[in-house]
Amino acid sequence: MNTPPPVIELRTSPHLHTPRSVEGIMRNVVYALLPICAYAIWLFGISSFVLLGMTTAACVFTEHWVCRMSGRESSIGDLSAAITGLLLGLILPPGFPLWMAAVGGFIAIGPGKMLFGGLGFNVFNPALVARAFLQAAFPVAITAYTPALALHRFMELIPSTLAVPLMKAQPLVAWSNSVRVDAFSGATPLMMQKFDHISTSLWLLFTGQRAGSAGETPALLILVCGGYLIARKMMDWRVPVAMLGSAGIMGEVFHVIDPVLYPSPLFVLLSGGLMLGAMFMATDPVASPVTPRGIWIYGSLMGTITVLIRSLGGLAEGVMYAILLGNAVSPLIDNLTQPKTYGARKKEGAAPKKEVGA
Amino acid sequence: MHLMSWLNGKGSTRGVHIPEFKEATCHLPIRRLPFAPILIVPLSQHAGAPAVSIVHEGQEVVRGEPIAKAGGFVSVPMHAPATGRIEIIALAPSARGDRTPAIYLKPYPGASQEILYGAPQDIDRMTKDEIIAAIQDTGVVGLGGAAFPTHVKMKLPEGKTVDTVVVNGCECEPYLTTDHRVMVEQPSQVLYGTRIAMRAIGAAKAIVGVEDNKPDAIEALRKAAGPFPEIAVQSVVTKYPQGAEKILIKTLLGREVPSGGLPSDIGISVFNVATLAQIGDLLPRHQGLIERVVTITGPGVAKPGNYLTALGTPLRWALEQAGCRDVASVILGGPMMGPAISSLDVPLTKGVTGILVLTPSDLNGHRKIYPCIKCAACVEACPIHLNPSRLGLLARKERYEEMETEFHLNDCFECGSCSYVCPANIPLVQFFRVSKQMNRERKARA
Repeated sequence: MNTPPPVIELRTSPHLHTPRSVEGIMRNVVYALLPICAYAIWLFGISSFVLLGMTTAACVFTEHWVCRMSGRESSIGDLSAAITGLLLGLILPPGFPLWMAAVGGFIAIGPGKMLFGGLGFNVFNPALVARAFLQAAFPVAITAYTPALALHRFMELIPSTLAVPLMKAQPLVAWSNSVRVDAFSGATPLMMQKFDHISTSLWLLFTGQRAGSAGETPALLILVCGGYLIARKMMDWRVPVAMLGSAGIMGEVFHVIDPVLYPSPLFVLLSGGLMLGAMFMATDPVASPVTPRGIWIYGSLMGTITVLIRSLGGLAEGVMYAILLGNAVSPLIDNLTQPKTYGARKKEGAAPKKEVGA
Repeated sequence: MHLMSWLNGKGSTRGVHIPEFKEATCHLPIRRLPFAPILIVPLSQHAGAPAVSIVHEGQEVVRGEPIAKAGGFVSVPMHAPATGRIEIIALAPSARGDRTPAIYLKPYPGASQEILYGAPQDIDRMTKDEIIAAIQDTGVVGLGGAAFPTHVKMKLPEGKTVDTVVVNGCECEPYLTTDHRVMVEQPSQVLYGTRIAMRAIGAAKAIVGVEDNKPDAIEALRKAAGPFPEIAVQSVVTKYPQGAEKILIKTLLGREVPSGGLPSDIGISVFNVATLAQIGDLLPRHQGLIERVVTITGPGVAKPGNYLTALGTPLRWALEQAGCRDVASVILGGPMMGPAISSLDVPLTKGVTGILVLTPSDLNGHRKIYPCIKCAACVEACPIHLNPSRLGLLARKERYEEMETEFHLNDCFECGSCSYVCPANIPLVQFFRVSKQMNRERKARA
């Protein structure tokens, strides 16, 4: 056929589009989280597995349910709810009671995300909203850490996992002592450092063979998985660099002031949830600024606050509040760091700034 | 300082790297297309006032003879693209979708491609104003797509001076290779046109900017520019939209055109290479613009190439010559900024750089639009450092006035980089076109 058919389609330019898509980015974030999940399961056993399953199921179900309730098409296909679920599972203690995890999943997606309007509109990282809620509601359960590499971790659940809703939970100390393989205790390295001034070897921190939330322990693995996303340009490298960099510098400052009381900067970087938070939560684009200068300010702010909370605050860990605080100020950072446009005239450029100040 | 600007992404011009799709045609020499059975010459195919017809139905015209005179200073005349008979002066479909007055010319069968009209003139003895008038007589307009009458750009307002002529040989749009072939095959015409432009404007030097994906063009121009030390040929990095006037000026000279201003405000005039090649070719012989090089390409074209085509050739006919299959969408110009056309009866006009034919599989259905996830890809891409993410959100909320006053909407020249990179498939540029139109309408009402 040589003559063109009569129907031609009209679209607006540009007629080309990058292969990068929201679905693709989300799918790859899931891929990047899966090795971390697998490692968490290897460290903490089937309890970790059912916990991750519960949080993910709760998040996906809540998103689907809220969409149906509001008469919209279900948006679980974009995988963002699944990511929230996996992240939430990774930042809870491995023996966290399942019913509380389900509540957390609901809080993450319900009030944390859908109430704001769903993907793209949430002010805070939904997984961290849920963790903040759980920390306030269940302060004991969320600090009940169990040792890594327990003997029968693939055979039996951590007793607290199946705790009955609203009943007083069994203390975990006896169980932790019974499954202990060596010197690993149930306290996280940050807790030991802060409250007992016992330092944990950097190698154990690097490989994650220590107590902690299910997914926050393997610093090396998190770096590799985050690096994958950065290499595929699906994550902004500036956020983790700014956050880890500023945390390292602040850690060094405190360490110089008092080397006994405050740990070395490397310990600061490798312990707690800093690596996971900087790589996978602070980088949540929705709750970050978009301007180049704003991204640097945002990252450094979170790193600084993390170390301030750890060193001067009452809590052992400050990553969660640091990121939530960063999320909260990110619209403000955006407003104050609007890029200077090409050819902007001086007089006009000054006018909007005044209005922001007033 | 350098580190900070690099961290902030200001070290280099922003923009996007887009697959070029130029391999199909960039090595093909310019070939001439035969005359179509009917040629349609719209009277308004340039920015400014329409031309005024000076022929009547049934009149016989010679190839190159004027058939319409300029309708004012910001206007150009039209010349007969072929020897033949004026059929009718009537409305014809245009690329914008409306119908505009046009002269229908039926070439005589076997009409020669030789141009019989015109007389040599001695440019060296002409004054600035005489050169500008002579350029208007050639009917040359910006051949890079803008179709703005070239002589108007050369007539500087009182008190303005231009020190540098920038010759734009970037051709940053994917698929297009017309400028590339003109630079390779007609470098001396390009440089002669450049020297004419320098004289008409009174500029002391000229810089030809060519993207570094066209080494053969750079070499040809450098060779031809040997005897002229006042003309520099500079290779620039290949990055869309390097060929946008404002961006090229920044790349070559480090100067920024003030917002809402013109390059002449900072002593610069920019011309496309093909425009200057036509001036260099036509002016000495006092002839008119009657044909241009068009890249006919795309997945839907069997014989893609760079075709020297008579102005007024209906696109349907040109596409038949190049062999068309599975047409799903036809785009005039490049895929980033070119409009899709609704009818193949639209004729070829002076500002058309290429005809791009896409097949159904290229359109790939309709992409789902997600909410903005604030990934900042558009902020990184915008060549003039706007915040398309914020502008898009404001457009959704119909806060058009704020977009203009607070977020520099009117500086956007619609290059399409933000829409290209958006992973959520938000049609940002289209939002901005609509928003600008809403602002114009609001001002008109006020």
